[in-house]
Amino acid sequence: MSEAAHAHAAPTGFIRKYVFSLDHKIIGLQYYGLALVAVVTGMVLSWIMRIHLVWPNSPIPAVQWLSKVGAPGGVITPEYYLSLMTMHGTLMVFFVLTNAPFAAFGNYFLPIQIGAEDMAFPRFNMMSFWTTFVAFSILMSAFFVGDGPPLAGWTAYAPLSAVGKDSGPGEGLGQTLWGLSIFVFCIASLLGALNFIATTLDLRTKGMTLSRMPIVTWAWFITSCISLLAFAVLMPACLLLILDRVAGTSFFIPSGLNVSDHLQPHQGGSPLLWQHLFWFFGHPEVYIAILPAIGIVSHILINSMRKPLLSHKVVIYCMMSIGFLSYMVWGHHMFLSGMNPFSALVFSFPTLMITIPATIMTLIWLGSLYGSKLRINAASLFCLGFISMFVSGGVSGFFLAQPSIDIYLHATYFVVGHFHMVMGVAAIFGVFAGTYFWFPKMTGHMMHEGLGRLHFWLTFIGTYCIFMPFHYLGLAGNVRRYSAFTDDFLVPLMPVHKFITYAALFTGAAQLIFLFNLIYSRFKGAAAPANPWEATSLEWSTPSSPPPFDNFGGQHPVVYHDPYQYGVKSSTGDYVMQASPEKVGEAS
Amino acid sequence: MGGKLFAVIVILIALASAVPIVNHTFLGASVAPPEDISTHGAEIDKQLDETMVEAGLSFLAAQLVLGFFVWQFGGRKDGPLKSFPGGAKYLVLAALLLVGAEAIALGAIGTKAWAKVYFQPASADALPIQVQAGQFAFYFRYAGPDGKFGGIHPEKIDEGNSNFFGLDPENDIPARDDITSAEMVIPVNKEIHLMMHAKDVGHSFYVRELRIQQDFVPGLDLSLHFTATKIGKYEIVCTQLCGLGHYNMKAYLNVMSQDDFDQWLKSQSN
Repeated sequence: MSEAAHAHAAPTGFIRKYVFSLDHKIIGLQYYGLALVAVVTGMVLSWIMRIHLVWPNSPIPAVQWLSKVGAPGGVITPEYYLSLMTMHGTLMVFFVLTNAPFAAFGNYFLPIQIGAEDMAFPRFNMMSFWTTFVAFSILMSAFFVGDGPPLAGWTAYAPLSAVGKDSGPGEGLGQTLWGLSIFVFCIASLLGALNFIATTLDLRTKGMTLSRMPIVTWAWFITSCISLLAFAVLMPACLLLILDRVAGTSFFIPSGLNVSDHLQPHQGGSPLLWQHLFWFFGHPEVYIAILPAIGIVSHILINSMRKPLLSHKVVIYCMMSIGFLSYMVWGHHMFLSGMNPFSALVFSFPTLMITIPATIMTLIWLGSLYGSKLRINAASLFCLGFISMFVSGGVSGFFLAQPSIDIYLHATYFVVGHFHMVMGVAAIFGVFAGTYFWFPKMTGHMMHEGLGRLHFWLTFIGTYCIFMPFHYLGLAGNVRRYSAFTDDFLVPLMPVHKFITYAALFTGAAQLIFLFNLIYSRFKGAAAPANPWEATSLEWSTPSSPPPFDNFGGQHPVVYHDPYQYGVKSSTGDYVMQASPEKVGEAS
Repeated sequence: MGGKLFAVIVILIALASAVPIVNHTFLGASVAPPEDISTHGAEIDKQLDETMVEAGLSFLAAQLVLGFFVWQFGGRKDGPLKSFPGGAKYLVLAALLLVGAEAIALGAIGTKAWAKVYFQPASADALPIQVQAGQFAFYFRYAGPDGKFGGIHPEKIDEGNSNFFGLDPENDIPARDDITSAEMVIPVNKEIHLMMHAKDVGHSFYVRELRIQQDFVPGLDLSLHFTATKIGKYEIVCTQLCGLGHYNMKAYLNVMSQDDFDQWLKSQSN
């Protein structure tokens, strides 16, 4: 453990304090704010998509202002639906699910939880955020270019995404901007990951051994390690895609393609190469999305239960093994892609094996609930909801992991239901739990508890109503990424789609409660005590809420205990804080 | 109070979610796979059913235990903390053994179903049909009486003149008797060797009732083989995002008796 060589003086001036800040806490809030803008945008896009699917000929007010060509008179064209879908996926996966649980909360709390004054490289940190912001701006600019946003999905398969304008509307400049945006996002993510890793390894305060780090700190650390390799592969892949589009190269385009009556001047490339490169990133990416949420939920649940998990070590090993296995399974997105069918069996095996650490963690959460003194509040409710959703989303993965079943379920709504439950709901529940839990520390105010619970109930029930029926649609053979359901086979499923759309609009509206609560509580919320949840980890030992710019007011905390001393007799009640020199008494 | 409410809600949600799986209907719509009309599909359906039972039981058990524990221990203030009997040890063991065994069993069983579709080549007397996928239609080609397919020349593709495959009958003798069709017509109970060619971007071939799905990859010549066991008309739909017309890209698989098929083929040649 080295002393901080990275310390910087207290910031002065508005720009240095709030805009180009070197303070990891401000940077964390900036990431959170960006994720908030991205999630609201992504959610509105999903409402437009869902409304279009069930009322395809009805004009949707205001959409024609977004694009006269894409939505003439407010009625969305098939290509614009796919463009909205592409932007929805890209915004949500990159700018929400990588940003919020990892970059936002991780930036804010990792240094504090290990007792450091800031990240190892504060300038890199500032650059990471602003580079992410640039990537976001490039992506959003695709809405306003002549041909509109790209329509090849967030997965951007070649040759559709690689040959350029010939492959149709939505594949002009917008697709190139997409590639550029993600390329820039990768740079930001790599800088961020390096920072997290260096900070965790090098800046832990006295007494903070690796085994004394909270589970959530471990989760951020493991996620950073995964990110380093994953984003390092996506970055060149995006570059190659851009080159195919603008420089006449043929990384992903074979010879002999007749696209819209134009013979393509490319040869020698492989569409499967794009899929391999993309999914080699793409699968670890989904674990980058869920692992921080697993860490946040574990961290908050322990505090709520007033009792540590049955085994701290086992959960950390499970997170590590998930991270390791995540690199071996990418081909399960490609069972039917035309690659050697033998490889499907090879990829299926580790995919099924990933169920094991996921099940172990779930059983440990459940087993830890037994005999606990579980405090029920908005934060702990979202943790419980996370466990429920993680189970639901996880079991549908078990179907898709088997190639023979995937023959039927691939590219149906079953897949869409699976990933929305794990990423779109469970991971977001982790973000909600973290928000309700850490808001007092970040702002000095408590969020309104009643509104928080209402938000939970409406969201928990609402998201089940949206995404459980997706699985039924998939079993019925409802194909995904369709802008309309016009044929004899799919029309009978319309009542299910209508139910989903109503649920989506209702649940979306319920999020206004959360937004209101965030803003209201920031200014008018009850003053937060220093340690409102009677928690043990170092973030609750800071001298103020929000913490001062160097986190501990010039002091370097000393750590005396494991992170989760709950259920013990102490002068503070049933817990002992990590930074407290008090000896741990007998269990109460 | 919140704990008991959570318990009730999560258990209700779990039970309600299971109903459409058992009943195969939701809001009046049928939500089960359509009838299997293939010779290999029975194993896939069996695998799906077995997975549904195992996944369904795990799902229900986990949600019920979650609900039960939150009911019992949510909001609890009095009494000592208790530890789950055996701690983490037995849970880890249970996960390893149960999930491991399940995964290995399903993996092993599924290999057979997968192999039937993908590891065995089409038999020598299968009927060869070529399918070309292009934005936004499928076209099918039969070899004609000479049993040979003419070459595909992408630069000669001319949809206005119905030369969907870019054939060159003037210079390419085998192409002269090739039969092109917008509908895939096949005889029942006869193995089909489907040769897949992509004209422009990625597409996919999916017939739910046949339990087959396979991507078209530009630059790769891929093939499928299958046998349909029931006469009727079934949808062939594209499942790989290919552009604005993706939602509408479909053709019909028309399964006929052998006699009807022979008549159809003859009528196409004339």
